[in-house]
Amino acid sequence: MRLIIRGGRVIDPASNTDAIKNVVIENGRIVRLQSGAETRNPDSEIIDASGMWVVPGLIDMHTHLREPGHEYKETIATGCAAAAAGGFTSICCMPNTTPVNDNQSVTDYILKKAREAEHARVYPVGAISKGLQGRSLAEFGELKEAGVVAVSDDGNPVMNSQLMRRALEYTRAFDLFVISHCEDLDLAGSGVMNEGTVATRLGLRGIPNAVESVMVSRDLMLAELTGAKLHIAHVSAADSVRCIRDAKKRGVLVTAETAPHYFSLTEAALLDYNTNAKMNPPLRTKKDVEAICEGLRDGSIDAIATDHAPHSILEKDIEFDAAANGIIGMETSLPLSLKLVRNGILDPMTLIAKMSTNPARIIGLPAGQLKPGASADVTVIDPEVSFTVDANSFKSKARNCPFDGWNLQGKAALTIVEGRIIHRSPPFDLG
Amino acid sequence: MKSAKKDLLGIEELSTDEIGFILDTADSMKEISLRDIKKVPTLRGKTVVHFFHEPSTRTKTSFEIAAKRLSADAVSISASTSSIVKGETLIDTARNLEAMNPDVVVIRHQASGSAQMIANRIRASVINAGDGMHAHPTQALLDMMTVREKKKTLSGLKIVIAGDIAHSRVARSNIIGFTRMGSDVVVAGPPTMIPMDIESVGATVTYSIEDAARKADVIMILRIQKERMDDFLFPSNREYASFFGLTHKAVSKARKNVVIMHPGPINRGVEIPPEIADGSRSVILDQVENGVAVRMAVLYLLIGGSRHASDN
Repeated sequence: MRLIIRGGRVIDPASNTDAIKNVVIENGRIVRLQSGAETRNPDSEIIDASGMWVVPGLIDMHTHLREPGHEYKETIATGCAAAAAGGFTSICCMPNTTPVNDNQSVTDYILKKAREAEHARVYPVGAISKGLQGRSLAEFGELKEAGVVAVSDDGNPVMNSQLMRRALEYTRAFDLFVISHCEDLDLAGSGVMNEGTVATRLGLRGIPNAVESVMVSRDLMLAELTGAKLHIAHVSAADSVRCIRDAKKRGVLVTAETAPHYFSLTEAALLDYNTNAKMNPPLRTKKDVEAICEGLRDGSIDAIATDHAPHSILEKDIEFDAAANGIIGMETSLPLSLKLVRNGILDPMTLIAKMSTNPARIIGLPAGQLKPGASADVTVIDPEVSFTVDANSFKSKARNCPFDGWNLQGKAALTIVEGRIIHRSPPFDLG
Repeated sequence: MKSAKKDLLGIEELSTDEIGFILDTADSMKEISLRDIKKVPTLRGKTVVHFFHEPSTRTKTSFEIAAKRLSADAVSISASTSSIVKGETLIDTARNLEAMNPDVVVIRHQASGSAQMIANRIRASVINAGDGMHAHPTQALLDMMTVREKKKTLSGLKIVIAGDIAHSRVARSNIIGFTRMGSDVVVAGPPTMIPMDIESVGATVTYSIEDAARKADVIMILRIQKERMDDFLFPSNREYASFFGLTHKAVSKARKNVVIMHPGPINRGVEIPPEIADGSRSVILDQVENGVAVRMAVLYLLIGGSRHASDN
């Protein structure tokens, strides 16, 4: 079976390609990228991608799939379908499930469910500490054998600096890396949103930038001490960007991600106590948004990840103080990120690097590139199509999306994993 | 005349004219409480539910008396007697109350934004009787009524609010109210209790109550809560009293006819010395008295008259 994606703008950061080409896929692999006309072959399915971008499959290195344990919020199947709809061919899922992914059997279960879902590929992240309790190391070696690609206590910060130091050191034996959720819990106190004008007005307890940045600083120092690879999750604050930039200059093996909400929204989104804009780290100020954009532009921030965090109305349609943190993101990430291109912050090649090539490199996946011989994980993007976000139409089970009703531009038209089309939207839909 | 508004959730939603009209109405209501028979038939047949999810003596009693003096049927529910203790959510409780067709729900709740959340979901009028650290509009109205009584104006005054500004819904509502009416508000307190960017709400900031008190027309002292020591906000009552509490020296720097206010309950000897609280400049009990009048006015303006009748 041969699939030819014809006439699209092929953007492949790994080979520094940005040109009109045909992508020829056979038996799940990319055979060649070809300029000019492709020879007709009766066995080929031809996809006319003129006007579209053809890019290596997008990778979301930070999601919560909620299974096992919280299937009423999301399942691996619905999460993977949401990923496909958003253009993602591979996603990483965080270990804060019930039970926690701190042992092989949970990793096995996640991978089995993901295979059955037949949508995006799933790469589990294991726990740093047993039970995410912050007291003793999880079995990184066994987790790695089972298939985890990184370790993180995401959702809970590692407050104990000694544990963080040892975790960083220990990953080096297994070619893993630590994804750090940076939050000083004592300093955060009972804060529920960014500390500043809006919190003062609303009478809500604030979380200053320093809650994130002091822990970013600590972890950068520990990465330097141990020589281990560190990845900073969901960067939200200007000071954190500055610390990461400086550390990269010193040669610390640090990478970082931010999420679309941190460059698309500010704390002003909370002015009517909208719990769908409540998240951790919290939405910050315009100054922080500018710093995040600058960090993306200058390379301090390597990746855009969603921190897709499904919750049901049970956790969201309640008093603001009591509402759960987090928003879903996989089905809005691409159009929100395309705004960075339209606003002149990133060129298309750099954007695709942040959403595919760089995450693949950080995680160590043989993906994120359109190289002959590589598995055919490809996303075809219609960069111009306009649409109104309708949370009720999401593949995700959850609806906690602050972008509901927004008019956005750009969508994944096709999502292809190993040559198999797992998502189609106009003009390629079959309906 | 009737208010076109369904709810009273915060001071920021009121124009200067509306505030003035509520205070005028409250002035005329005040006389009812001085009669031998303290009851008028204005709200006969109306139902007011007082849903207090946080401890309250003054505000709850004040609302209940206000409703009863206007002949409304007043019902009170507290958190401990509500189904919240059985695990019912706040929204479900509100919906169940709604199903009994009250005309007004007066709500006090510890979560900021809770009054708005309820108001968005029920047809009845909602009066915010204090939501978390956010707003306490009837307190600000009764404070403005008291100041207007004593000063004959609400513009051009220097109003000092001193104490734990960060955790105070009274401070927030009063800053908005008094600045909207044309006065200057200075907040004073330890730096740990001044919220970030409070200037954006309209106040200027000082850490010295004596500086703040200079030429003040009004000094409003807020209650200091002992449990704030656990949050490292201040070291001891003694230190608080000597550096941030109201002192005779501070009062001496204010205008001669300064009035001293406190929303209660008072910690005598911590934020305010007893002799000042009980002294000739104190209007603390006038505030309580005016509270009933203001709440009568608000109830009357929200549900009195013909709005509900014309809905039918």
